This record gives sequence, structure tokens and C-alpha cells, in this order.
Amino acid sequence: MCDKLVIGDKQLDSRLFVGTGKYSNDALIPEIIEKSGAQVITVALRRIDFESQTDNILNYIPKHVQLLPNTSGARNAKEAIRIARLARAAGCGNWIKIEVISDNKYLLPDGVETIKATEVLASEGFVVLPYISPDLMIAKKLVEAGAAAVMPLGAPIGTNRGLKTKELLRILIDEIPLPVIVDAGIGKPSDACEAMEMGAAACLLNTAIASARDPVMMAAAFGEAIRAGRKAYLAGLGSTAKYARASSPLTGFLDEMAE
Amino acid sequence: MSFYYEYQKYKDYSFEDFFDAVTDLQVQNVLNKDKLTAEDYLTLLSPKATKYLEEMAQKAHEITVRHFGKTIQMYAPIYVSNYCTNQCVYCGFNTTNKIHRKQLTLEEVEEEAKCIASTGIRHIILLTGDARGIATVEYIKECVKVLRKYFSSIAIEVYAMSEDEYVQLKEAGVDSFTMYQETYDEELYDCLHARGPKKNYRFRLDAPERACKARMRSVNIGALLGLNEQWRKDAFFTGLHARYLQNKYLDTEISISLPRIRPHEGSFQPGCIVSDRDMVQMMVAFRLFMPRGGITISTRERASFRDNIIRLGVTKMSAGSSTVVGGYAQKSKEAGQFDISDERSVKEMREAILRLGYQPVFKDWEAM
Repeated sequence: MCDKLVIGDKQLDSRLFVGTGKYSNDALIPEIIEKSGAQVITVALRRIDFESQTDNILNYIPKHVQLLPNTSGARNAKEAIRIARLARAAGCGNWIKIEVISDNKYLLPDGVETIKATEVLASEGFVVLPYISPDLMIAKKLVEAGAAAVMPLGAPIGTNRGLKTKELLRILIDEIPLPVIVDAGIGKPSDACEAMEMGAAACLLNTAIASARDPVMMAAAFGEAIRAGRKAYLAGLGSTAKYARASSPLTGFLDEMAE
Repeated sequence: MSFYYEYQKYKDYSFEDFFDAVTDLQVQNVLNKDKLTAEDYLTLLSPKATKYLEEMAQKAHEITVRHFGKTIQMYAPIYVSNYCTNQCVYCGFNTTNKIHRKQLTLEEVEEEAKCIASTGIRHIILLTGDARGIATVEYIKECVKVLRKYFSSIAIEVYAMSEDEYVQLKEAGVDSFTMYQETYDEELYDCLHARGPKKNYRFRLDAPERACKARMRSVNIGALLGLNEQWRKDAFFTGLHARYLQNKYLDTEISISLPRIRPHEGSFQPGCIVSDRDMVQMMVAFRLFMPRGGITISTRERASFRDNIIRLGVTKMSAGSSTVVGGYAQKSKEAGQFDISDERSVKEMREAILRLGYQPVFKDWEAM
């Protein structure tokens, strides 16, 4: 069965994206990629030390993996645009995950600034994946602005609380004609599986993997959960009855009258 | 508005009565909460809460790993000038201390920078004494221009300035700011700062807020632990100040330092000795109060203690530090601001952190 995730000019077999920010050692990255099957990895440009031999995180990222630099640290559109251009100029490719965060308490994204940055960067040929709160109007405007996908949060970054925004995610999945990639808040493989069953195009994981006792094994578990959830979505979930058949039916009189 | 008004609300508050009344049940209730009030925070700082230190530490560890990962941001200080006009009784740079005074030339700053950068350090903090006629704002800007060639993040820990001066420094390339209030106790502050511009409590207290207004991306505050014999009060006000700033300046990263008094030139006797247990209580209580707040620990602390507290909520550590003006390239043996306790090199520190299952992060900012 051919079930590719298409983003920009890329066709991906894996629907798991992974982060890099919280590992106890970057040397874990190749194994996490291998065991989870992830094909996209996001890295904050601020973390990349291009000059360092020993501490350049890019040295740990296998070449076959799509690099998704992110604009972590940007507080407005201008800074996000600047970071994206720096990333491309430094040879990190033309994919960019826009993170504009001007709230250090909850790390919630600034939708208005994100739209502005998306417009500019999409027009410059970037493949733009914006991180957003699951807000339908913001997402619609991002479609118009030229985003390649939208990345709504399941719960605030780093909380591992699961799909707290489920109803809003469902609306985005139904209404937005772009891949909806659930980013942030997923705590357990079952959360990721549920997002995929709902029809999410992919999930991005960092904290849940990095904070596990065995990050490599957890990455593998997420890989399997996402594959299972996707299969279930494609197979078409059986409907669940939301009501029982009453023993004293309200419409029984219709049959009696017909007699 | 100013944090001064928040401080005043507690000025006549009886902390002793509050602490005496804290019950086990209250501490347990706070431990079960996600979002803490100021009173909850004070409960965790109470003597009663020491009984629950392990539970607090477990929770602090879990929260820190979720929000910051198993990472420690590395940085180093560069002292460029020790001229000072203040008489802070606890400080080695006190104007009455007979130490060799020196201010680095820009060439010397470059030599020091090269030396520090060669160890892998990418985040630097520039320090001066309080002598704005000598270590002028212009001089600091020139230093920053040199440092930008070698470092991706530049912080300052200098004398209190106006908002406009912070804006100028931000434009010159400074992204982070540190200032210690030393003690939040206004009367004690007045006694400890005999003379000099630093005597102005309020101007210093509001400096972090001016830095936030100047759009510094990161603002770090702290109290010098041991000055106030009631360290729990200074710990409380530090946290309260941090939360005040974070609530008001949402887009600024707020962090705290927990510096303990170290031996230095002069004969000052601290108000109290803050024990390791006290330090841990402060650290984990703050982590539960501000889950995303940064916690900085310098080389004032000894190696074994630093290794042990990595898992308790620390997010930032200095390494291979010298508090001497010209202490890196020139290997100057003159008196520093205070004595270093953890003398491990950056390389040794890097290996120690990795051994503890954490990643030393050298670069986490891109100069913009």
C-alpha cells in the first residue's frame, strides 16, 4: 500500500518527527532515528554550533533524514524570518519550523506573528511548517499564507499531558487541506496513536522520548504506535454506538397505528 | 509599577509566625499542587518543609527534565575591570580594599576571549566593578564588539544602569542580563553598602525590570546567600521578584542564581552560614514555584556539591572560571572578586556532566 506523507517536494514513509533539544547526549540521536524510523528531525538553529568539532549537533544527524531547523528563541515575525534565513544560508536546507513564542510561562505560540513570518518565508521559497495553537482561523490564514503543513499543539510544550486540545485538533483535521502534524504535549505512545487514528498526518515528539528512562526504546514505541494509529485510520475505525435501543421505544406507536 | 510595592506588602509580615504555623498537611497539600501561590512557595521554604525535601526534590527533578531536558547550559565569566566606587562590606572589589586595580585594554579583552573560546565556551558573561567613570558604558560596548567575534551569547553583570543604557547595550549585542539584589532586606542593604552609588536600594531593585523593558531576552536575578541571617526571606523575595518579572514580561526568560558567600579580601563575617541542605531546599522550592524558571549555579560551589545538584533543577553552570581581571590569558594571580571553589577545567566539567547522564550545552543562542 502506498501511503506517503507529502510535504513540499518530499515524500515520507514515516509519520514520526523527532526533536533534539532535551537528550542527555546527542550521541543518542542516530539510534533514536534508527529505532523509531523517523525521517524528519527538528533542530533549533540557536543550538547548532557550526564551528565546533565536538559539539556540533548536526554531526549526529544521519544524512538521509530531513532536517527541519526551527526558530526557537524568536519573539516576533522579524526574528523568526531572520533565523530562517540564517539557517538556509548556513546550509540547513529550505525547510523551516516556525516557532514564535513570546510567552515564557506556557510557551504558547503567537499566531499573528507566525502568520506574518509564514507569508514572507513561503514567498522566499521556504517549506514552512508553523507551530500553532489549534485555532481554525489561524490555520486557515496559514493555508493562504503558503504554509506546507500546520503543527498544532496537543498540550503545552514539555507537559506530556496528551491530547488536551482534542476537539480543536479534530476540527483542524476536518477543515484544513494541509497535513496536520500534532506537535507538543504528547506524553505517551497511546496519545500519538490516538492522534493518528483521528487522522493527523504525523506527530512530532521530543520531551516524551527524551524524558523516558530509556529514550531509544521509547522512540521505538512511538514509531510503532504511530504506524498502528495510521493503519487504523486508513482501515476505517468501526463506528461506536452512542445510544442503546430503548426497551420502551418512543416511536413504537407508529407500528401499532399501522396495524 | 515596581517590585518595590510587592516587597512592601511583606515588609512587616511576620515570617516567623507563618513558619511556626506551617503544618505537615499544608506542606503535603502544596506538594500535590501544580500551580503554587506565593504562600505555597513560602510553605515550601519553611523549616517544616525540610522533612519533605526528598519528595520536593523528586518532583523538582521530574519537572526540570520535562521542561529543560537532561541538559546543562555552560557559560564562563570574563572580568574586564575591578575598579569600584562602592563599599560593599562583603565584596573583594570594595573600594577600600588594597587590591591591584586593573581594567583590560580591548586587546587584552580579545586575548582573554580567545582563551575562553578555545575551551568550547560560547556563552559569556562580562563583569565589571561599579565605576561608571572608568568602565563606562562606551567601554563596555567596545568590549561587547570584541566578544561578539568569539561568543554567540553575551550577558552583562555590571553596575545598575538606566533603561536607555540597557537599550544601547542590547543594540551593541548584549542579549542577557544579571543583577543580584544581594539582600532584599532594605535596612540590612543600607548597612552592608556603606558608600557609593550602589547604596541606592530602589535603583538596583528596579534594574532587572529596566532590562526587561530594554528587551533583553534573558534576565537573571539573585540574592547573595548568607548576608541575611534569615536566608528564607531572601529566598522568598528572590522567587517573588522572579515571578513578578515573568508575569509582567512574558517574553523574557527569567532565571535566578543562588550564590553563597565565599571567602574574599576583607574581613566581613556573614549573617549566617547557608548549609547544603538549605541550598537544596531553596532550589527545589523555586523549581516547584516557577517550573520554567532557569537556575544558575556558579563555581562558587564545590565540585562534589555541584555534581549532586545537577539533577535537582539546575539549568546553567559556569566552568573553568576566573574572577580575576586578566585571569585567563594572562594567568593573573591577583585577588579575584571571590574565591573559586570548583576549579575543574571546562573539559573536566564537560566530562563530569556527561558522566552524570546530562548533556553540557555550549551553544544555545544565535546572535541576531
